[in-house]
Amino acid sequence: MGIPQSTVDRGFDVRADRLQRAATRPALEIEHLRKTYGELVAVDDVSFSVTEGEIFGILGPNGAGKTTAVECAIGLRSPDSGTVRLMGLDPQADRDRVHEIVGVQLQAGALPAKLRVGEILHMYRSFYPDPADVGELTEALGLAGKLKDSYKSLSGGQRQRLSVALALIGRPKIAVLDEMTTGLDPQARRDAWALIAGIRERGVTIVLVTHFMEEAERLCDRVALIDGGRIVALDTPASLAARARGGTTVRFEPSAPFDDRLLTGLPEVRRVEHEGQHVTVTGTGELVNAVILALHTAGVTAHDVRLDSSNLEDAFVKLTGNHPDQEGAAR
Amino acid sequence: MSSLSLSLPRPARRAAFGQVVLNEARLTRRQPASLIGGIVFPVVLLVIFSAIPAFHLPAADLGGLTPLEVYVPILIVLSLGLLTLFGLPMPLTTYRELGVLRRLSATPVPPWWLLAAQGVVQLCVAVAGIVLLLVTSITVYGVPVPKNPGALTFSIALTAAALFPMGLLIASVARTATGASVIGRLVLFPMIFFAGMWWPRELMPGVLQGISDFTPLGAAVDAMQDSVQGQFPPAAPLLVLVAYALVFGFLAKRFFRWE
Repeated sequence: MGIPQSTVDRGFDVRADRLQRAATRPALEIEHLRKTYGELVAVDDVSFSVTEGEIFGILGPNGAGKTTAVECAIGLRSPDSGTVRLMGLDPQADRDRVHEIVGVQLQAGALPAKLRVGEILHMYRSFYPDPADVGELTEALGLAGKLKDSYKSLSGGQRQRLSVALALIGRPKIAVLDEMTTGLDPQARRDAWALIAGIRERGVTIVLVTHFMEEAERLCDRVALIDGGRIVALDTPASLAARARGGTTVRFEPSAPFDDRLLTGLPEVRRVEHEGQHVTVTGTGELVNAVILALHTAGVTAHDVRLDSSNLEDAFVKLTGNHPDQEGAAR
Repeated sequence: MSSLSLSLPRPARRAAFGQVVLNEARLTRRQPASLIGGIVFPVVLLVIFSAIPAFHLPAADLGGLTPLEVYVPILIVLSLGLLTLFGLPMPLTTYRELGVLRRLSATPVPPWWLLAAQGVVQLCVAVAGIVLLLVTSITVYGVPVPKNPGALTFSIALTAAALFPMGLLIASVARTATGASVIGRLVLFPMIFFAGMWWPRELMPGVLQGISDFTPLGAAVDAMQDSVQGQFPPAAPLLVLVAYALVFGFLAKRFFRWE
């Protein structure tokens, strides 16, 4: 499995490139946003800006203020203080305009059980001045055969896709996807990720709210880590991970024994450890490429290559002091 | 780019509202509780009552009317009561529970469209129920044609205006659809008692009749009975209905919760 790493690296390159191309005008700009519910400060002095064409992740444990921040951003809640500009518009003053250019995917279940997929889509379609074609959209989302099915009869993944379809039916400039893969099985989650990548290809800016590390790491150009209503870090997933751990770990089984110095001599490598048949290399930068290349020139093939992919998770733990899977305990 | 500038042109907006109404109508057909309460139940009661021979005989203590004639307005308010106090709040509470209202507020159309659409659908069901009730009572059971149809329509409209905000208020107070149905029952049963469902107003002791005059359904039956007999109803019951409409309209506006 040497290939995945190179794919990931290329993925990052493409993102960086796209970022540079689009880094002209912010699709969403939030400054010093604050929102309280009585005593509870849900969002406290949050500022960030999302570039057009970007997939921007908002990551944090449940109750961190992610959803509140996003709801203020799209005008569903009015902030106590701070400013929000969405494609230059104020979501409070220009609510209708804003809702025409923002597609929102809320958590599943927000639809009447006995309406049919087609009926729901046609109704939502009628709300927008320049809507997408129902046939095309359902085709792209794998719902084409489901138009006559009632919402109640859909599987979790299908409901999620319908919810995404509703977010896209008005041809939005920005799509806000709130916890879209929560509750999905791994296969459906992977499909959803492919879907998000596809939405971006249409030129839609995406704000992705999630508490899954892996999701943010895979999809997002940049991630804002929110905890206790504040942004604790904002960077690319790779940089966040590097900040927390200072490195990557690659583990593999060599086809033949080799001299450790072959690897320890590389600038990327920090440590080489042996464990039975397996070798674990810790380092930074283009670690995997460097290791595989060095082995290759020595005539050694790396089998069963594994990467430590929990990097962003480490960053999360380090920066928030919370473990993302123990949200309940963390508060 | 003011908040009032709607980029959806007016005809398209009307069409969009039509879509919302259409889907509410479909839901009403697929979950026919309000069709049963608003149309079937009152007509079934009419059929049962007319099977009782005494219901066809004019009674002196009913002012020379037959019990069946007395019951037609009562069944009309029963239909209206069931539609506004059950048919309306149940789906609205469910929508709030599910987040349907919230989802709609993230689109360019306002969420009150859903309330309005529900109102339109329930109104259509009410009209269908009342027309069926009147036509059946007149053609099948020989109840006289209402002598002042204009006044009757006016009284019915006023009754609906008094009951509609009550339904909205129930939808605001109740957290769940089950809660809404419990509250609806608690509110409707005493009201329908004072409308004369079990004991026509004409036969109630003075005190009960006095109370009945000030209940929305009691006033409604009073006004409708007069209209059926040919007179325009006196001010008292109409003012009672107007007062309920205003007070509950204010309360519903004040307390309706979208989330």
